[in-house]
Amino acid sequence: MAAIGIIFRREFAGYFSTPIAGVFLVIFLLLSGAFTFYLGNFFARGQADLVPFFDFHPWLYLVLIPALAMRLWAEERKNGTIELLLTLPITMGEAVVGKFLAAWCFTGLALALTFPIWVTVNMLGEPDNGVIVAGYVGSFLMAGGFLAIGSCMSALTKSQVIAFVVSVVVCLAFVLSGFPMVLDLFSGWAPSFLLNTLVSFSFLSHFQSITKGVLDLRDIFFFLSLIALWLFATATIIDMKKAE
Amino acid sequence: MQRLLPQSGKTFGWAEKQPNRGLFWWAFIGGGCGMSVMVEIEHLRKAFGPITAVDDITFTVGQGEVLGFLGPNGAGKSTTMKMISGFLTPTAGTVRISGYDVQNQPLDAKKRLGYLPEGAPAYQDMTPAGFLRFIGEMRGIRGKALKQVLSETVEKVNLQSVLHQTIDTLSKGFKRRVGLAQAILHDPEVLILDEPTDGLDPNQKHEVRTLITNMAKEKAIILSTHVLEEVQAVCTRAMIIAKGKVVTDSTPEGLERQSALHNAITITIRGVEEDGCFETLQKLNGVKMIEHLGKEGACVRFRVIPEKGLSISSEVSQCAKEHQWEMTEYFVERGQLDEVFRTLTMPSQALT
Repeated sequence: MAAIGIIFRREFAGYFSTPIAGVFLVIFLLLSGAFTFYLGNFFARGQADLVPFFDFHPWLYLVLIPALAMRLWAEERKNGTIELLLTLPITMGEAVVGKFLAAWCFTGLALALTFPIWVTVNMLGEPDNGVIVAGYVGSFLMAGGFLAIGSCMSALTKSQVIAFVVSVVVCLAFVLSGFPMVLDLFSGWAPSFLLNTLVSFSFLSHFQSITKGVLDLRDIFFFLSLIALWLFATATIIDMKKAE
Repeated sequence: MQRLLPQSGKTFGWAEKQPNRGLFWWAFIGGGCGMSVMVEIEHLRKAFGPITAVDDITFTVGQGEVLGFLGPNGAGKSTTMKMISGFLTPTAGTVRISGYDVQNQPLDAKKRLGYLPEGAPAYQDMTPAGFLRFIGEMRGIRGKALKQVLSETVEKVNLQSVLHQTIDTLSKGFKRRVGLAQAILHDPEVLILDEPTDGLDPNQKHEVRTLITNMAKEKAIILSTHVLEEVQAVCTRAMIIAKGKVVTDSTPEGLERQSALHNAITITIRGVEEDGCFETLQKLNGVKMIEHLGKEGACVRFRVIPEKGLSISSEVSQCAKEHQWEMTEYFVERGQLDEVFRTLTMPSQALT
């Protein structure tokens, strides 16, 4: 268990020893700001909430988080350090969870650094801060979901480019799960319970209900179980590759 | 007592398999005599699809032994080491480190193991200090003990000058020393070193070999190398692997004895007539063949090759004394390992 903490610290510090941290944080903040004020018509709306801010998070994450996740395992494999990591006296689970938590906390840091927008909306009006807190929690959970998927895709390949592209596609499938673009793939032949399940996988629908201010246990459970599932898949894939 | 080697000096043909019942008796006796078996490999096999990289390898390594893995590239040395360290899952067979099965009891086995992977990988953005601290913590060492261990290890491998530089800026030699440092940090019972002196300059090679020899007494060490003189310098036992199978498991001296030139004597004599000298030498007991190595001014040079297993040193020196030859060179060949290596790993070449 202690191993998770040690790996977490190494990984988290590792983000800051390269330009990755700076570039990611700056771009995330720039884009989220730009989208909120320009694309989201923050001022024109005249409403004291952060809906335009949170609305863009799924799309921001779609592009930026696979970029963060792609190096989780593909880079270890490329460098050969995976051989070092997996011959240390730790379990696969500890390694997977440790790396994931470091990436998740880094994303959390990026989210936390958007606090100026929250301060702004409080200065300009009287928003329901409870709803905003819920929005941040939901966004954080969704980020975790994207990361877990990205982590799994990263474990599949040595190439970071492939990991990135495949992650984006799979994340997109989850984001658009309730939409015709994804449903049509299944609507011809799948039974209706499967279709309903697919609709329930949609990141957008879960996230939107959270940003409305309702921290429904089902939505939280959705994201947490999704994270658990994809992390388990990551560990299994790495195990399988050991035997290959 | 240190070297209870089951089959020293025996060579294995391609079709022969190493009998394993004998090994367990040796391990049992060895255990009874106080030499503990630390690494047990049984019927290890690894197939990557249709290619069998490691084909039924069985051996044990005991405390105090330094086993040298030799073999052509692609023979299966690194694959075997990856299976011993637990990185790869074998297709068949078991590996036990100090009695713990690497696949079924991985944590216990890996705690007792230090591993230097091929290419000495390390996190490039970390400094040696940070990296070794990370490994130390992962190995369960904390606080003052960690500080102590780190400074001792850094001194053993001479990393003081580069301790706070990022690893990607280090030369190949220093990178390898960082890798070695992380393997020995926690003072493991078993060391698996994949080409530990690769890329090091002669001084560094010497330092690393001295380090290994000093550590050898309490540990079981398996190292792979392409440098045959390393086998003679460091190893107590040499195993040649080719095409996934063990071709020979012997001591370095045992390997030397297999050389066609073992105990051959190279002499340079001044001021004698070449043919007369040649005939005199030919008449000696035990001489199989004499090679002309040429003439240098007034000196003639021969290599006298004895029958297999014989030593003719006293005969030749007596002969030289009797005939009052002026010898400017007298060299007893111990055996050329690269020639033995070639013979054993490329059976298409005729055995001399």
